[in-house]
Parts: sequence; structure tokens; C-alpha cells
Amino acid sequence: MSRRLLEVRDLHVSFGRSRTVGVDEVSLSLAAGERLGVIGESGSGKSVTALAVMGLLPENARPRGSVRWKGIELLGMPERRLARLRGTQLSMVFQEPLTALDPTMKAGRQVAEVLRLHRMSRGDTQERVVSMLGRVGLSEPERIADSYPHQLSGGQRQRVLMAMALVNRPELVICDEPTTALDVTVQKRVLDTLDHQLAESGAACLFISHDLAVVSRMAHRLVVMRHGRVVEAGSTQQVLTDPQHPYTRGLIATADLAAVVPGERLPVLEDFA
Amino acid sequence: MSRSLREVTLWSGLVLVGMIVLTALVAMVWTPFDPIRVTPERLAPMSSRHWLGTDAYGIDILSQLMSGARTCLLVGMVSVAIAALVGIPLGLVIGIGGDRWWARLLLRISDMLYALPALLLAILLAAALGASTTTAMAAIGIATIPVFVRMTRAGTMQVMTRDYVASARVSGIGWPAIAWQHILPNVAPLLGVQASVSFATAILAEAALSYLGLSTPSTTPTWGRMINEAQRAIYTSPELTVWPALAIGMAVLGFNLLGDGLRDRLDPLLKEVS
Repeated sequence: MSRRLLEVRDLHVSFGRSRTVGVDEVSLSLAAGERLGVIGESGSGKSVTALAVMGLLPENARPRGSVRWKGIELLGMPERRLARLRGTQLSMVFQEPLTALDPTMKAGRQVAEVLRLHRMSRGDTQERVVSMLGRVGLSEPERIADSYPHQLSGGQRQRVLMAMALVNRPELVICDEPTTALDVTVQKRVLDTLDHQLAESGAACLFISHDLAVVSRMAHRLVVMRHGRVVEAGSTQQVLTDPQHPYTRGLIATADLAAVVPGERLPVLEDFA
Repeated sequence: MSRSLREVTLWSGLVLVGMIVLTALVAMVWTPFDPIRVTPERLAPMSSRHWLGTDAYGIDILSQLMSGARTCLLVGMVSVAIAALVGIPLGLVIGIGGDRWWARLLLRISDMLYALPALLLAILLAAALGASTTTAMAAIGIATIPVFVRMTRAGTMQVMTRDYVASARVSGIGWPAIAWQHILPNVAPLLGVQASVSFATAILAEAALSYLGLSTPSTTPTWGRMINEAQRAIYTSPELTVWPALAIGMAVLGFNLLGDGLRDRLDPLLKEVS
């Protein structure tokens, strides 16, 4: 295995005075160019894990353990240093394309804002923004760049977000349910583009979703989370064909709708516990 | 409320405010009579010469009203500007600070200022520096700062939960830039409405202060002092109190309607954000 890019060890995150546990003893690691899928239901701690890596946990969160980026500890790193790292090496595609774009700012400017930090001339910036928008599969990128978010469709917004995440050629892209808000056909095309762009730039990816079909398509390895803990981890192939934990077996079985006899009730997770 | 009714609110506000602004502009270059020179034509009734009559000093009422519109708008603009220029940045900083101790402390200080009435502040300033338009504007402005702090903070905290702020942070953009480029434009509609409503409050406060003689000296007519002076002739010419009162009422109503109308008009936008 190549050099470890990201290494999370015994991550524990609790919230507020009541110390509600969000994530408990989560460990995972990512090599350069590798794609790790994190799957789990709502509240299983997958988003909290991602936020901890990005240093975006809410103020009342108390993280413990270790999150290392190329061997450097990120937990407790001063905001200023973390910000520099985030702009260039780490990036994130958010879940809700509607709230992840500023409604008062044109799409192109939002992509440019990410770029501008690297001191480029205005013309160069504009050129790179438009070419990036084209690369994420937006036809008429000039028009899109000049549009406000409410003038774009859900799929277009999600592609703009993708452009924002990829424009600085990061080494790791964290995708937090990037297609959950989209309908299935758009979802497929957006995933194709993401797949292609990741492969082209060689960026590693932490892909978070509750959708088994989506994750297994995007990831080389899978981590299954439940109640803030990792219940199973392994290569995608291995987890899908030979699940060890009953919860994983349930997840896989409930996703297989073709196996349901018409007229019978759908299987639920409790059937496999 | 139906859509057409909302439009009526906005437009009637705009018309009222427009009339006052126009009057003030005209009064800068022309009034039918000199609004401060005493003449022998005392307490003249309404006539084609003096449309609204004259007061106990023989000064034309209409000219005074027109000239008063100037003072009223000046005080409103300057005091709202003071409140906005101090209150908005402070509200942004406190909102971004969130639960941190310094943000909570600043908010409490702002709340303490909230508890201090504009009137008391005006009396203090007038006692210390002498009553003038400037002290009135400063007092009203300072007393309005907490309103803007509160409003900006509330809006900022709401915007802070949006993913685009997180997204900007992820891109390594610093807080000053986030505040200026993302938070401020998104709370601007809220603040526009607040400015309009505060304008109405400021006009009312100015009228109260000048009625009490704590504002503009008698070389410039104001609506508040017109009421004060008309009081002496209230049994003989009660209509003299009516005209400036109507003017104040119109101005306050106008800015309130404008604020309400703006809020309703901008509301769909705010909904789209959430």
C-alpha cells in the first residue's frame, strides 16, 4: 500500500454539556488516490467523522483521538493553518446544493472565490473557472458562470459545487452525500462526472452516503458505520459479497429489491439483526 | 395577506415617503414665505395667501412644515446611519463569535445600551453639550445601535448555519471576507427593512425631543417645536397643533408602511435562502 494520506485513529466526538456521543473510536485510513466509502444510516456518525477531518465541527463538539494528514495532526491545529491546508489540499462537496451555494452570488464568482486565494490575474481566473465548469459536464459554462444559484437546476448546482471542490486540484475530496438531493437519473450522470474527474486528477476521496448502490459504485473500500462506531470495514468487493456483521448483511439484503417476491412485504433491517 | 394588498402597503409607503422627500428637497430652495421671520399677520386663518394660516408669531404654517421636513429627514438619515454603521459590524462580529465569551460580553453591553432610553441620553447630551440637531441625532443614533446589533446578529447566526459559509471556510477564506461577501449580502434585506422601521422611530423621537426643546434651536423650524408653540394658542386656534401632528403621523406611517412592504416583498427571497 502506498503512503498514507489521511489517518484517523480512535476518533471520539461528543457534543455539548451532556457529552452526547456522536462518534466513538472510529479509525480509518486513506492512501493517495484511494476512494473510501463510508456508509450508514442517519445519525450513524458518518458526517461527524467528515466534519472532524475538515475541522468544521460545531463549537460545542469535543473531539478526541487523532486525525493525521500526511503525518500532521489536524485536531487542535490553529484555524489559520487549517484554513490554508483546506484551501489547497482538502476540499469538500456538500450535501444540499441549495444551501451550499450563496444565493446572492453568481456561480462563477463562487468558484472564482476559491481560486482567487492563489493570486491569479482576473482573466486567468475567469478562464479557469469556465473551463472547470465545462469539465464537470456543464454545457454553456459561460452562461452558468453568469447565473445566480436560483436560476440553475439541482443537478447544475451540484456540478457547480463539484467545480468548487475540484478547481484547486485537491489531494482529498470529501463528498458528504453529494447526490442525495438529486433525482435518480440526474444522480447517475453527476456521479459519472465525479468518477471521471477524480480519476483524472488522481485525488483521493472520502465518499459518504446512506445509499449502498451509490457508495459501492464509487469506492474501492467500504466502512460501515452504526451508532457512531465502525461495524465493518474491507474492500468493496469483500464487504458486498461476504458481509460479516448482521447489520451489513441487512443493508445489502434490503437494497436487493429484485429478490423481493411481488406482493410480499419488503425486508427491513430488523429481519437480519 | 394577499399579494395585491402587500403591494398596496409597499406603494403607499413609497408614495408617502416620496412626498416628504420631495417636500424637503423643494424646501431647500423655496418656501412660500420665510419659515422663521416674525410678521404682524398673527394667527391668520387659512386663505389663498396663507394656505394653512399663520401661527402666533405670524409665520406661515406651510413654510414651516416644509422646512421641518428637511430637519426630520436629516435627523432620520444621520441617526439611522450612525446606528447602522456601528450596529451592523458589531452584530456581524458578535454573530460570528457565536457562543464565545467575548461575543456574549459584547452582546450584553449592547443590551445594556438598549435599556437606556433615547430621551434620557438626549437630555444628558443636551445638558453636557447644549441642545442642537447634532446632539439629537447622536442620541437617537446611539440609542438605535442595539436594534441593529440584535438584528444583524440574528441574521448572521442564521446565515452561519448555511453550507455556503462552511464551504467558504473549507476553501480557506478568512472570516472578514466571509462576512463581507457572504453574510452581509444575505442579511441585507433584513437590514433594509430594519433601517426603514428605525427611520420612523427616529422621526418620532426627533419630534419628541424638539417638542421638549432638546433638539434643533429655534432658528430652524421642526415639527415637534411647532406643536409645542401651537399649544399656547390651543383654545383659540386648535388647528395649529393638527398640521405638524399630521406631518409627523404621515412620515412615521410612511416609513413604517415602506418597511412592512419591503419585508413582504423580500420575504420570498428570504424563504428561498432557507
